[in-house]
Amino acid sequence: MPLIKNGAEIENVWSFVPDEAELSPDGCVVVTLTRLLSQADLLLARNTAVGVRLMPEDDPHLLAEHLDRLGLIEISFPKYTDGRGYSQAQLLRRRLGYSGELRAVGHVLRDQILYMNRSGFDAFETARADLPSVLEAMSEFSSFYQPAADGARSVFAARHVGSQEG
Amino acid sequence: MYRYDEFDAQIVRDRVNQFRGQVERRLAGELLEDEFKPLRLQNGVYLQLHAYMLRVAIPYGQLNPRQLRQLARIARDYDKGYGHWTTRQNIQFNWVALKDIPDVLDLLADVEMHAIQTSGNCIRNTTTDHFAGAAADEVMDPRPWCEIIRQWSTFHPEFAFLPRKFKIAVTAAGHDRAAIRVHDIGLHMRERGGQVGFEVHVGGGQGRTPHIAAKVADFVPEGELLDYLEAIMRVYNRFGRRDNKYKARIKILVSETGEEAFRDLVEAEFEAQREAEKIALPQAEIERIHAYFAPPELAGKPATSAAFERAKAADPGFALWADANLHPHKQAGYASVTVSHKPVGGIAGDATDRQMMVVAHLAEAYGHEDIRVSHAQNLILPHVALDDMYEVYRELDAAGLATANESLISDMIVCPGLDYCNLANARSIPVGQAIAREFASLEDQADIGQLHINISGCINACGHHHVGHIGILGVDRKGEEFYQITFGGRADEKASIGQIAGPGLRAEDVPPALKRVVERYRALRTEKAERFIDVVERLGTEPFKEALYAAD
Ligand code: HEM
Ligand code: SF4
Repeated sequence: MPLIKNGAEIENVWSFVPDEAELSPDGCVVVTLTRLLSQADLLLARNTAVGVRLMPEDDPHLLAEHLDRLGLIEISFPKYTDGRGYSQAQLLRRRLGYSGELRAVGHVLRDQILYMNRSGFDAFETARADLPSVLEAMSEFSSFYQPAADGARSVFAARHVGSQEG
Repeated sequence: MYRYDEFDAQIVRDRVNQFRGQVERRLAGELLEDEFKPLRLQNGVYLQLHAYMLRVAIPYGQLNPRQLRQLARIARDYDKGYGHWTTRQNIQFNWVALKDIPDVLDLLADVEMHAIQTSGNCIRNTTTDHFAGAAADEVMDPRPWCEIIRQWSTFHPEFAFLPRKFKIAVTAAGHDRAAIRVHDIGLHMRERGGQVGFEVHVGGGQGRTPHIAAKVADFVPEGELLDYLEAIMRVYNRFGRRDNKYKARIKILVSETGEEAFRDLVEAEFEAQREAEKIALPQAEIERIHAYFAPPELAGKPATSAAFERAKAADPGFALWADANLHPHKQAGYASVTVSHKPVGGIAGDATDRQMMVVAHLAEAYGHEDIRVSHAQNLILPHVALDDMYEVYRELDAAGLATANESLISDMIVCPGLDYCNLANARSIPVGQAIAREFASLEDQADIGQLHINISGCINACGHHHVGHIGILGVDRKGEEFYQITFGGRADEKASIGQIAGPGLRAEDVPPALKRVVERYRALRTEKAERFIDVVERLGTEPFKEALYAAD
């Protein structure tokens, strides 16, 4: 499945390991939040990087103390209409200060990618959009009214650049 | 009124181009209908019983004549010559072809309009008092903050896939004409020690489980409003139910969580916001937006107008209309005019392209280029001099727009019902028409006074029956249409949900039964100024239930 990050297609070195499967001793693994929390010391002591996959109902605050040791956070969209992942992403980026890779996985469609990018995602695993269309989707709007996790200047602020409150 | 700057204009054009691409991909089969659905919905495009429907946003219900003429052109060239004012101060076109919609959106962009977020599970058009900026009883003008909320909520990346649709309403008058307590968020603007702020109500709504909103904050200072709204939205986006679409509105989250606990969640989220997360709306931006809403320059006039009084004396039809359809203006010698879209026997809220042209002309000639859509599905000319009133009346009358019934018994809110809607249990429009015929005399309606009848064809409550002084709900009993009557609903500052009177009535029994109810009311009122709803407040619904079932 194509993986797109920072405007380029990249190779996926990570593999997701469901709770019922054994962890292989090496390789970059992504585990569920439950597994991460219950085996945190063991997992984070591995030689290879560990990632976690959040489901929509998971609370990103539970990752707070592990963030600097995680190599990847995946946020899963089982259905693209379930928008909880956008709040999880904003919380991770803006409230909790996570700066590593934040990847959208699951039902990721071209026309959601701009919102995802603004909410803090920098990587997209998608079967339904190729690189040119993802790039196109991300450039469809020239400006945005409100500030978000992408750090883009809001229209509210851009209108007053140079003035005191700018 | 607000005018687009280069940012607003570009964003709306970007949106049209984006949607053009989406329609092309859909027509080429690259997008599945299921994937296209939320995209078209966020542009106001619904698939209905007969065709696609396009809902165009009219932010807080305000239009200028140029915009209204453009809507008339769209009605003429892309629809069957009419449009329909909605209860959320928007307009719907019922017969637009999907392939034409990008062109229609371009025409709208030409006059600074769009269809963004008029449907879908996102933050919808913000609504307000249709007399905003004109009403004698308002504390301040709510429109600048409605515009700020419009901009903030437009393409908000975090809140485009909420559990369910989300509606915000704002009022700034003592008498709430925006029904804020039956909205997902209702904001009541207040002034405290020289500071402007908002009383915040959350979790109101109609539909199958009606709720009156809970007050979650007494006073949020204006500079913090958007941050506070973000906190509410995030709590809803994270914790609102997604397992059942009938339980997904924020009203259910508030009631299942409990008002106290919900307030705590919002407060905790608001408190946790870091400085860098704040919207930090520049003061200069607040002022910039307010400047667009400066009141029109109205020539000073005496409180009474000789021309107006003369015309009233000479033309009883005008006198009746002037008594019913004018609302007190801030400035002496002026009034706000309700342009009734409720002709007896017609369809509530429908307007032809020609009628739109007439209203646009009147707004230009006499109305300081200002037009509003009311949630009761009428148009408003907010600033008309009493001196000009007779001219205005005559042109409206010639266009079939001068029914003297504002807030009277025939000024009903009626959903499309079984005639147009595939979810309906029963017809709504013919029942409304039969009631209007029962009370055909406008003199008699004037004597009855303010009485809101709201009719829905099923429990989805598009016709706001829960908050009608008299509510009528179509139900299906073994394949037969019945109508359940409620008394005592209201959407104003004393908002409450109507109480069901008892067993449903057959369609043909509804008008005579309501006649008995109205007669009972007239017998019970202490003076003419005591409205039906006041008598319900004083005596309860019992006398009216009795009258309802008192046949033979
Ligand atoms: C003709 C086809 C129509 C269909 C199929 C339809 C369907 C629905 C449905 C399913 C709901 C409930 C949504 C929910 O779960 O909250 C709803 C609500 C609503 N509809 Fe319609 N509708 C139609 C026409 C209209 C029209 C013409 C208007 C305006 C005049 C309208 C105004 C509303 C309003 C204001 C609500 C919200 C009630 C609330 O606050 O919960 N609808 N509609
Ligand atoms: S209330 Fe019911 S019948 Fe009426 S328009 Fe809404 S869904 Fe249709």
